[in-house]
Amino acid sequence: MDKVYIAGIGQTAVGEHWNRSLANLSAQAVLAAIHEAGDPQVDALYVGNLLAASASQQANLGSLIASNAGLIGVETFTAEAGEASGAAALRMGYLAVRSGYARTVLVVGVEKTTDMVGSGIDSVIAESTDYDFEAMQGLTPAALAGLLMARYMRQYDVPPDGLSALPMLAHAHAVYNPNAMYRRAISIDTYNKAAMVSDPLNMFDAAPYADGAAAVLLTSDAEIAHMSGKALVEVRASAGAVDTLALHDRPDALIFSAVTASTQKALALAGMVLQDMDIYEVWDAFSIYGVLSVEANGLAARGNGWRWIADNKDMALVTMGGNKARGFPLGAAGVYQVVETAIQLRGEAGENQVEGACNALIQAMGGPASNVITHILSRIE
Amino acid sequence: MEIPRHWRLQKQRYSLMGEECPHCSAKIFPPRDVCPECGGEAKEPYRLSGRGSVYSYTTMHSAPSDFEESLPYTIALVKLEEGPTVTAQLTDLGEREVEIGMPVEMVTRRIKEDEGKHGMLVYGYKFRPVMGSVR
Amino acid sequence: MAEEKKSSLLLKPNRRVGIIGYGAYIPMYRLPAAEIARVWGRSPKSVPIKEKAVPGMDEDTVTIGIEAARNAIARAGIDPLQLRAVWTGSESHPYAVKPSSTIIAEAVGAPAHIQAADLEFACKAGSEAMVMAIALVGSGMGNYALALGVDTAQAKPGDALEYTAAAGGAAFVIGPANESVAEIESTYSYVSDTPDFWRRAYQHYPEHGQRFTGQPAYFKHVAQAAKTMMEESGTQASDYTFAVFHQPNLKFPKKVAKSLGFKEEQIETGLLSGVIGNTYAGASPVGLTAILDIAQPGDRILMVSYGSGAGSDALDMRVTDRINERRMAAPVTADYIARRVEIDYAIYTRYRNILRMD
Repeated sequence: MDKVYIAGIGQTAVGEHWNRSLANLSAQAVLAAIHEAGDPQVDALYVGNLLAASASQQANLGSLIASNAGLIGVETFTAEAGEASGAAALRMGYLAVRSGYARTVLVVGVEKTTDMVGSGIDSVIAESTDYDFEAMQGLTPAALAGLLMARYMRQYDVPPDGLSALPMLAHAHAVYNPNAMYRRAISIDTYNKAAMVSDPLNMFDAAPYADGAAAVLLTSDAEIAHMSGKALVEVRASAGAVDTLALHDRPDALIFSAVTASTQKALALAGMVLQDMDIYEVWDAFSIYGVLSVEANGLAARGNGWRWIADNKDMALVTMGGNKARGFPLGAAGVYQVVETAIQLRGEAGENQVEGACNALIQAMGGPASNVITHILSRIE
Repeated sequence: MEIPRHWRLQKQRYSLMGEECPHCSAKIFPPRDVCPECGGEAKEPYRLSGRGSVYSYTTMHSAPSDFEESLPYTIALVKLEEGPTVTAQLTDLGEREVEIGMPVEMVTRRIKEDEGKHGMLVYGYKFRPVMGSVR
Repeated sequence: MAEEKKSSLLLKPNRRVGIIGYGAYIPMYRLPAAEIARVWGRSPKSVPIKEKAVPGMDEDTVTIGIEAARNAIARAGIDPLQLRAVWTGSESHPYAVKPSSTIIAEAVGAPAHIQAADLEFACKAGSEAMVMAIALVGSGMGNYALALGVDTAQAKPGDALEYTAAAGGAAFVIGPANESVAEIESTYSYVSDTPDFWRRAYQHYPEHGQRFTGQPAYFKHVAQAAKTMMEESGTQASDYTFAVFHQPNLKFPKKVAKSLGFKEEQIETGLLSGVIGNTYAGASPVGLTAILDIAQPGDRILMVSYGSGAGSDALDMRVTDRINERRMAAPVTADYIARRVEIDYAIYTRYRNILRMD
């Protein structure tokens, strides 16, 4: 089986791009990645996207993007796994290259949350939940996280600002990420005064939905991989796991078993342990998901994840702002994770640079860990 | 107009019609093809009583379309006495504070209009605090 | 010869039937009449009742009917699959075309092989559903039938009827007399084309004939129905333990009761409009449930409804030994009345959809 290298990356700023289309956003990311790698021939294009068919009335995104960006001769389709669609597309690209089936592959994650305004977009975003028995009751993903947060804080006696550490860290890092949506640090006071979205979950416990596109060029060809002149980063492993779709079907709602399974599979494939990781891009769509992920990955005992995040000095988290401060372009977020991690492992993260960063674990989730996809990346030169 | 979809789910929504697994007797809601407890084929209809307690709850301040007019509303995970957990709005709270562990009972209420005042009415389950008695 | 002809005025089935289960439902919100008076600049002393029941935003005639019916079926102790008819009377069915009865039937577990229909006759739509159920079971066409009278009445803001237009309902399972908690002695109906209160299609609010709704309408029909019922049955007011009349307010039922020879004690149990308002098609039926909640074996009850347009149904029944063992199977009407959250006129406008949202 072939090695999978990152040969090129590209991304747009994350924000409300009222005047830019899905095609236009994707083109910026895709062309940047291709040019960085010296314009090689691309065999396949895998797209990660969640909302386009409903929010933009546009399916068949692979054709849309390939046509617009002048990609001739590619095969293409969209991978969907709820909000983890970007990671699903990355996994698809990884498998295509690793298997030897394709030599050079583009993975692009793109999302537009602003083609539709009003509560209609909240209904579309709720598509990653169980429509018949969760969304139909008037639930949104934020309400699901609110239910988990309420139970967690009551069960473990967590103080009202107990979950503030991750959002505050995210905002602190976003200050030095030129592509981030919110580039101001926040204080504990700001957190405590924030408006409620779904009690007890406030505006800083929830990542803001936004538009954006990010792309990564994967290749097994060492020559193409070296074209950028940057340090070489390899995708070492890729693994996914699933849990019940509906939160109410879990035996214990506070256990993210798909996180555990996905991480363990990925680590086993890479022949590594979690402690080898310098960077852990934990999925912070909601602050409670970060806490429960940390516990599910065994980094903290149940009920202590929130303390671990506040005290942790071992692993770098949300190094470029995470979903919370970099912004949350849903189906594209999983590709933003790999692009940001590549920047870190190449040593180009500036003020956010994790010193001596060599190994990273990135993890994306559809729903409340209904579908979890993990990748492990390493700098190898 | 999602009429066939709402029609298809009437028994579940109006009267909590789930299943009983013929192999391991587990009560299942909502119905599905494979028993989540033992993996056997699950098909026997079984109506759940609607009695349960609040596992968790949250008050929403931002709603999907068709639900905005009822904001703010409280949604909960309700653990039913037969075992399954459901997601549902709480209703008839009045001045009452919701508490985790609070006993609740199922009532059939109007959930929403399917696309405004011309569309069909969608009825379904909500839960209210168990009614007290003057007796 | 004349005697035989006269006795056919009572509508009596060949087979003896009775109420085998009954139930009510009242929403929890209350709007004090004094609050309505405040908004319209009137004296709180001029109000006709204390307060009325207001439905929540997720309630309507169907949801109220479902809970009342579930209570009735619980008391009846029958498998709902045995029902052969579901009839719902209301003047506030959620759909103008599509029956509430089929939704209620599905929700309570009735089978597909039932007769079902919605009824309308202003405030007597519920009692006539009961008469129809009595006829179905009494003719031997089926053993069990479900009849409901439910309303979420809407009144024109600022109109006198706004004080009393309320929400609530009752349901009755009619079945064989030997299974009943109250045996039906007979029924009698009296109708005429009297235009005292109406609502034209596509109008939001009803119109009424002001003082015309009194003597030529309510009093004429209720009194006539009661008198004919008692004449034909050979009874008088003192033979009844309880009487319940249609109750659009407190004044009318008290006045008609007195004129028929009934005493305060006989009517007070079933007279609820002071604290829940006029539940229209639910009015006398809900009053009847409150009576059944405390009645004892052997008690005789007279119920006379009134529906504008106009007509009255009178029902004469006798409580059986079974009442005490079956009454506890569901909440009593007093439980619903006691469940009370006071709201103001502003909240009321939101709950009743009176605000212009677009």
